[in-house]
Amino acid sequence: MDEDRVEAESTPTPARAEREATEAKRSRRGFSPRLQAVLLPVLAVFTAFVIGAIVIAVTDTTVVAAYRNILRAPRAALSATWRAVATAYGALFSGSLGSPGEIFQAVQAYRSTGDTALWLKAIWPITESLVAATPFIFSGLAVALGFRCGLFNIGAEGQFGIGALAAAYVGYSITNAPRLVHLPLAILAGALGGAAWAAIPGYLKAKTGAHEVVNTMMMNYVAFRLSDWLLNGPMKAPGYRPVTPNIEMTAALPRLFADPVRFNAGFFLALGVAALVYWFLFKTTLGFEIRTVGANPHAARYSGMSVTRNFILAMVLSGALAGLAGASQVLGVDYWVGQGFAAGYGFDAIALALLGKSHPFGVVLAALLFGVLRSGATRMQSMAGIPIDIISILQGLVIMFIAAPAIIRWLYRIRVERAEEVVLTRGWGR
Amino acid sequence: MAATAARSPQRPITMGRAQRMGAVFLVVGVATLLFFGRGLEAGQTAKFGLNPGFKTQAVQIPDLTLPVQPTIYALGAIILLLGIWQLVRGFRSPEALLGVVAFCFVFAFLTWAARGKSFNLVGMLSSSLVRATPMALAALCGVMSERSGVVNIGIEGIMLMSALAAVVVATVTKSLYLGLAAAILTGAIIAAVHAVMAVSLKVDQIVSGTAIIIIGTGASSFIAARFLEENVNGLNNSGTFPVISIPLLSKIPLLGPIFFENGLIVYLMLALAALTHVLLFSTKWGLRVRAVGEHPRAADTLGVNVYLVRYVSVILGGMIAGIGGAYFTIGSVGRFDEFMTAGKGFIGLAAMIFGNWNPIGAFASSLLFGFADSLQIKLQILRVPIPSEFLLMAPYLVTMIVLAGVVGRAEPPAADGQPYEKH
Repeated sequence: MDEDRVEAESTPTPARAEREATEAKRSRRGFSPRLQAVLLPVLAVFTAFVIGAIVIAVTDTTVVAAYRNILRAPRAALSATWRAVATAYGALFSGSLGSPGEIFQAVQAYRSTGDTALWLKAIWPITESLVAATPFIFSGLAVALGFRCGLFNIGAEGQFGIGALAAAYVGYSITNAPRLVHLPLAILAGALGGAAWAAIPGYLKAKTGAHEVVNTMMMNYVAFRLSDWLLNGPMKAPGYRPVTPNIEMTAALPRLFADPVRFNAGFFLALGVAALVYWFLFKTTLGFEIRTVGANPHAARYSGMSVTRNFILAMVLSGALAGLAGASQVLGVDYWVGQGFAAGYGFDAIALALLGKSHPFGVVLAALLFGVLRSGATRMQSMAGIPIDIISILQGLVIMFIAAPAIIRWLYRIRVERAEEVVLTRGWGR
Repeated sequence: MAATAARSPQRPITMGRAQRMGAVFLVVGVATLLFFGRGLEAGQTAKFGLNPGFKTQAVQIPDLTLPVQPTIYALGAIILLLGIWQLVRGFRSPEALLGVVAFCFVFAFLTWAARGKSFNLVGMLSSSLVRATPMALAALCGVMSERSGVVNIGIEGIMLMSALAAVVVATVTKSLYLGLAAAILTGAIIAAVHAVMAVSLKVDQIVSGTAIIIIGTGASSFIAARFLEENVNGLNNSGTFPVISIPLLSKIPLLGPIFFENGLIVYLMLALAALTHVLLFSTKWGLRVRAVGEHPRAADTLGVNVYLVRYVSVILGGMIAGIGGAYFTIGSVGRFDEFMTAGKGFIGLAAMIFGNWNPIGAFASSLLFGFADSLQIKLQILRVPIPSEFLLMAPYLVTMIVLAGVVGRAEPPAADGQPYEKH
């Protein structure tokens, strides 16, 4: 009940004050709230990696075998552990960031012979991380914008897929158009596709009160079926596979390096949109209204804001961002859409919004982290034999620690400081 | 809170709803006649099998053979009449009415689809129940947990981990019952983690649930990829619970083969649906659970231990979800595959909301989803000229339409999702 919560926050009862005092006495380290806001996510990520290392070691048969003999050969056990973890994480980071030595060699080779092949190979890992981060930025922003209005958009996946299909359709069906017209049109189609898909749950939420979590989820399933049908029917390319035709190159986001490197202008578009979302949320009247409705719909209604209009607007914008995520992936990286194209993006998006505390810049940082993890995981799988799914475990742990800073504070003995609390979700949204 | 404000002008809205419903029924009736009633050959019949295909019953009942055209016309007319009556006078129980109309529509559709062919109705209904089982268990988990005021959207993650635990333990120990116990234990442990996060640490419950989904999905796939793939027979090949025919009851025509010829987990689901209903609505403990879910401060004042009630409810829910997870492996295929729950946990949540946070309602809505699921497969066999993708969409679209107010607003427990802070 809302009144209870307000009361609990505003009146420091004696018991509470006493508890806080003892907690402060017990803890050894105190940091200012501003520093904690940075420190806690960093420690959360660090702790998740430590637990990931334990998981890697415990599930490694050679390490477990070494521990059977720990009494006779303790150093062998420890070095086996170190080797397993170092191989895995080494592969993860060299696969996602590249190695400085390689870049150095590549620069030297380029200077002496003018050969760019080595150079492209050296920057490949880090550009792949940025390529992976691009749709993450968009989709994380989508969920974050919904959170700001008190809406839980669990349907980013469906909006992503519909946006991708719409962008692909404009991309391949229009021929002989100049890039200046074609590319913006394709991007717009992606945004509109996602927006339309989110508008339905938004409208239903605003007009009938039907819960957006259920409706966006239902829309996800409808989107999967619809895209299955489209890919097997109207939008199918000639041939066996259920995929769309390739888009015309005039609709592609320009790539900034020679061919194997897929880094493209979509990344900068994502950064620009993140800045735009920041400006919209924090510097415009509409954004203020959205945030007010998110913080307290009753107060918003009493001060004359239309809650229903803001619900619909936030949902449409959220869907448009998710649609842009799909468009950026089609127009910048894949050039075609196949089955299961959007799989997993919905949950990653929720994770990103949470990790970024629903702040556009926080979402960008979170997306960069996820991009690094995702692109490095492939090499980790091939070089160290660690299944790619460890990344999901790391992501889940990060979310858990971010959501429950008490765990991190307890682990590292950090004193509680009253920091600004952001309302992320509100149950089933009352 | 927003819900109460929006509902305050009570009278006019109810009136409008009844008429809206009537109008929808009229549309449905006309659609029935237009889509299914046109272009039928005269004298064509549809044959509905009323005996299970797999086994001969002691009492064979004759199959139902219906003339297609008159049947569809009659059903369409019934829907139209009900719609007109609802528009003009209004029925007292709209839920039952909706059920009747839905039944007429679906039956008209089936008659149309099965024209000139035969169609095993009992087979489809019994497969509906089986398909509904994991969704119903997920929904019951949600009901248990949310009635005490803790939102648990992590059911998907709980079910995946339990499915894995069940198959591994059952394969290693060669005992399906130990596998089931392992699944229940896994469900309880993960739910306990959620309870610590939600109740003690007062973490945003949807966030905690999301973390559980992501970790559950990741960890189950990780373990499967790292261990199960290289040793399938030693770890991932358990066999399944056999079909148990309940003596006498399974001999009842129609109902017998649907309800009393199933595996253990289906029976468990049926029992749990009834049991949770009794527990929540007819026991002292259930009253406490609901009080804690509606107004924890008041319950606390009266001496109910809010934290304890929430912990126990969430963990009980986790155990039910654990059984749901076990269904996927030792209840149906006998091995674990990545992401094998395929969103059934989420559909369970939708069923819970659809069923208005009520165990029997949740069970009934799961049956609806299960029915749609098995209907779509049967229709593919009948070669209905509608792309199967659109048939697969139907249950989701129906859920959205129903939630949009044809039946009425779903009302969650008042304190659902809100952490309780003791003073």
